[in-house]
Amino acid sequence: MANKNMKQQVMNGIRDKVLTLDTMNQSVKNIEYAVRGPILLRAMELERELQQGVKKPFTEIIRANIGDAQAMGQKPITFMRQVLALCQYPDLLSSPSFPEDAKKRAMRILQACGGHSSGSYSASAGIQTIRENVARYIEHRDRGIASDPENIFLSTGASSAIMAVLNLLVSGKGKNRTGVMIPIPQYPLYSATLAEFDAVQINYCLNEEHQWGLDVAELQRALGQAKAHCQPRVLCVINPGNPTGQVLSRENIEAVIRFAYEEHLFLMADEVYQDNIYAEASQFHSFKKVLMEMGPPYAQQLELASFHSCSKGYMGECGFRGGYTEVVNMDPAVKQQMLKFQSVRLCPPVPGQILIDIVTNPPQPGEPSYQQFQQEKKAVLAGLAEKAQLTEKILNKQPGIQCNPVQGAMYSFPRIQLPPKALQRAKELGQPADMFFCKQLLEETGICVVPGSGFGQKEGTYHFRMTILPPLEKLKILLEKLSQFYAKFTQEYS
Amino acid sequence: MQRAAGLVLGLRAGCCPRSPSWGRGRGRSWSSAAAEASAVLKLRPEKNGRQRILTPESMNPLVKAVEYAVRGPILLKAGEIEMELQRGIKKPFTEVIKANIGDAHAMGQQPITFLRQVVALCTYPNLLDSPSFPEDAKNRARRILKACGGNSLGAYSASQGVNCIREDVAAYIERRDGGVPADPDNIYLTTGASDGISTILKILVSGGGKSRTGVLIPIPQYPLYSAVISELDAIQVNYYLDEENCWALDVNELRRAVTEAKEYCNPKVLCIINPGNPTGQVQSRKCIEEVIHFAWEEKLFLLADEVYQDNVYPKDCQFHSFKKVLYEMGPEYSSNVELASFHSTSKGYMGECGYRGGYMEVINLHPEIKGQLVKMLSVRLCPPVSGQAAMDIVVNPPVPGEESFEQFNREKEFVLSNLAKKAKLTEDLFNQVPGIHCNPLQGAMYAFPRIFIPTKAIETAKAHKMAPDMFYCMKLLEETGICVVPGSGFGQREGTYHLRMTILPPVEKLKIVLEKVKDFHIKFLEKYA
Repeated sequence: MANKNMKQQVMNGIRDKVLTLDTMNQSVKNIEYAVRGPILLRAMELERELQQGVKKPFTEIIRANIGDAQAMGQKPITFMRQVLALCQYPDLLSSPSFPEDAKKRAMRILQACGGHSSGSYSASAGIQTIRENVARYIEHRDRGIASDPENIFLSTGASSAIMAVLNLLVSGKGKNRTGVMIPIPQYPLYSATLAEFDAVQINYCLNEEHQWGLDVAELQRALGQAKAHCQPRVLCVINPGNPTGQVLSRENIEAVIRFAYEEHLFLMADEVYQDNIYAEASQFHSFKKVLMEMGPPYAQQLELASFHSCSKGYMGECGFRGGYTEVVNMDPAVKQQMLKFQSVRLCPPVPGQILIDIVTNPPQPGEPSYQQFQQEKKAVLAGLAEKAQLTEKILNKQPGIQCNPVQGAMYSFPRIQLPPKALQRAKELGQPADMFFCKQLLEETGICVVPGSGFGQKEGTYHFRMTILPPLEKLKILLEKLSQFYAKFTQEYS
Repeated sequence: MQRAAGLVLGLRAGCCPRSPSWGRGRGRSWSSAAAEASAVLKLRPEKNGRQRILTPESMNPLVKAVEYAVRGPILLKAGEIEMELQRGIKKPFTEVIKANIGDAHAMGQQPITFLRQVVALCTYPNLLDSPSFPEDAKNRARRILKACGGNSLGAYSASQGVNCIREDVAAYIERRDGGVPADPDNIYLTTGASDGISTILKILVSGGGKSRTGVLIPIPQYPLYSAVISELDAIQVNYYLDEENCWALDVNELRRAVTEAKEYCNPKVLCIINPGNPTGQVQSRKCIEEVIHFAWEEKLFLLADEVYQDNVYPKDCQFHSFKKVLYEMGPEYSSNVELASFHSTSKGYMGECGYRGGYMEVINLHPEIKGQLVKMLSVRLCPPVSGQAAMDIVVNPPVPGEESFEQFNREKEFVLSNLAKKAKLTEDLFNQVPGIHCNPLQGAMYAFPRIFIPTKAIETAKAHKMAPDMFYCMKLLEETGICVVPGSGFGQREGTYHLRMTILPPVEKLKIVLEKVKDFHIKFLEKYA
């Protein structure tokens, strides 16, 4: 029975909790994810205040913090939702309101599901026929280079596959602890996952002066320094980049592959923005394709995992959590381990898998839905390209703001000059300077963007990441307000 | 750029696993460069003397240690046999029956019409104009869509889940628990219950050496727990359910387990599965109170896995949520015991496994911990919104007076009464087999009968380096096509053997399955007498 002391505590209603900041998993405490971090929490508070009728210098919060296209008004692709609805409620297969090609696809998918229901668990690597479509899609994309469905793992968004692969790779203790090279600036899933897994983060800086290019010399520097305190085993590349939007040239990709090979690094290629290419001079080359075309020894020995998702591109189906990874040259026994590990969570969400099926097996010329599909897809991509250029143009007009070309992805990551008094004020508040700027921006305009410190940046530089996703007219207003605010801010703190 | 052609000659292919015949460019013209590049895929890296970076030796040992029997070796074997059947190889059976996994739809159970209507309306809102959908389904869909970014299931939701769905979950919990209040702020929607369970365990595990977090789990258990404990490098502390007593939970056994564990770890967490998996027992209210008192006494964080709360069969059994009992035990307990309860769309009468819908309700968590929890969840952005929508229907079903109520209720009752029938049937038929003893199936969707394995078979199993019940189950699979999971995958008392079989196949098929198991068992006893 409880001792007298405990009884007293209980009577006072005071009792130490089992789970506190001190007793919790310390690795989890180290996790940070700026995209939904403090700035968003504040934005949500302000939204609530607005709802309660509190007067603000703005009438709405504009969430330009997260790459969520449909939240900002982008419409889903009709065909995708038709097929999915047919799979979810097969009674609709007898409805005249659905095109034949959508019905055919739904039937094919349902045939491949347990009990012909989208409610069954699928195989842990994903529905077999969908894996096959993914492999076919990759072959088509990569000009015929073979892709094996057994190397495809469907996943809960690309994020879960990235975490799963990193989890496999992390091992060792002390100086042998796995080191993972990540770009700076990076998408903070990487730093968060490394913190959670207690792996060693090795930063390599992208070159802002050269449109965020990736220099092998910088990779070399980072690696050389890291070897002293960890065992570097992984090189992560995001192409097109997030937050930076750069699209790597083919030569660049070859150089990275050569480096990874020479330095014995497992290559992770995050390619979720492969459909988001805007700059005319830019072209997407998959790491897989370039690797294979480089031939031996690279092609048969470099270990590679590439990632894709249905959250970005022209689809914007973030909420469905669809994605996949293709692994190349992975040890078959490790692949079995990966499958085993996936099996504990049973399977990725089937609706997300179905969307991946459509992304990788879209309507073909001649099919009833082809035209509308192409139209919708082109409209989305053209719209994004227009907004990418507009954003770059308007921001660059503002003295003190310098925005690299948005070659791809869906963000702008401009550099902002901050006056010394602002730096001072930020220091006093114990905040990174760009967080201070973003907070002020939020409070005065309702515009929510993420400070560059959340992604990493060169010491002494400041940035913020904003999405290019709001509808065109709203984006123009946003950019104007932002520029005005910046001018005011720099004056106020000059 | 080197050409692969020269190296292809004289080297045998085989590095690449066998791929289906579709895969090699049928009906497609390839460039010769691509063909050569593809051929390179077939070369063995080892031939060039270079070690891979990621090997079974170099990989994360924690991941390597993970086991999950439900989709483990027996299922891999079942898959192989299925492929052989497809290729026309003759077997003593014509199909593999997958009674290994709690997947109701896969075994022919029909989805609930209303649930699928609402989800389809949310997915393709054009259908809101269709006369083929009832108004109540449309209203629910509109409500869900309104709460989604851009009024679309395709937007990320808040990391904790769509707000109005969390409110609906809280309201459901209050109704279920006779008015005991539930706060939406304590509700987290998750990617199936598995995701919630693994998240909470992750945040709980800390310390090193003798102060490493110990997690108490029932034996037999659902092997998600052992797998996650393995992955997190936490310490698994077993407490044995009492087979002689319908798999009851005895607090004395809990006490024994904790006392012993304190020697080598810091026992911090107590996991309960109610109704039990694989054992199916439904805990009495008294037992739940004892467990709560024990957790309070020993300062243990309570995890209550209640995904089978709708699967309770005997009339004299009742589901009591840990939350409700905790609250009704008064403030010393209800203000202090930290509890996380879990539910899912995968079981019950819904069987919506593939949607990965679930939620957890947390009680008495430190506010800073809740902040940490949301932060951790935010990295993966949000649970699948379609699964959240499915969960919304589970907690906010049609009520009397609504258009869809009758059909909904009918379908639900049909599924549950069918399961109850099959539970009794399974228990009875198993108990008719000499050498098999099956405890009453009070809840969940499995039978976990104890099987007598003769000494000779045990020895043969050992010679094959297999657990005796794995050996038994493999033989069962090879001779009848029935795939079940050996008890060793769930844990059991030393020297006892079990298997877990689902009660999900349709009644007629279930009868045949049980008949076949009986025949097999008798033959097996004879063979290894």
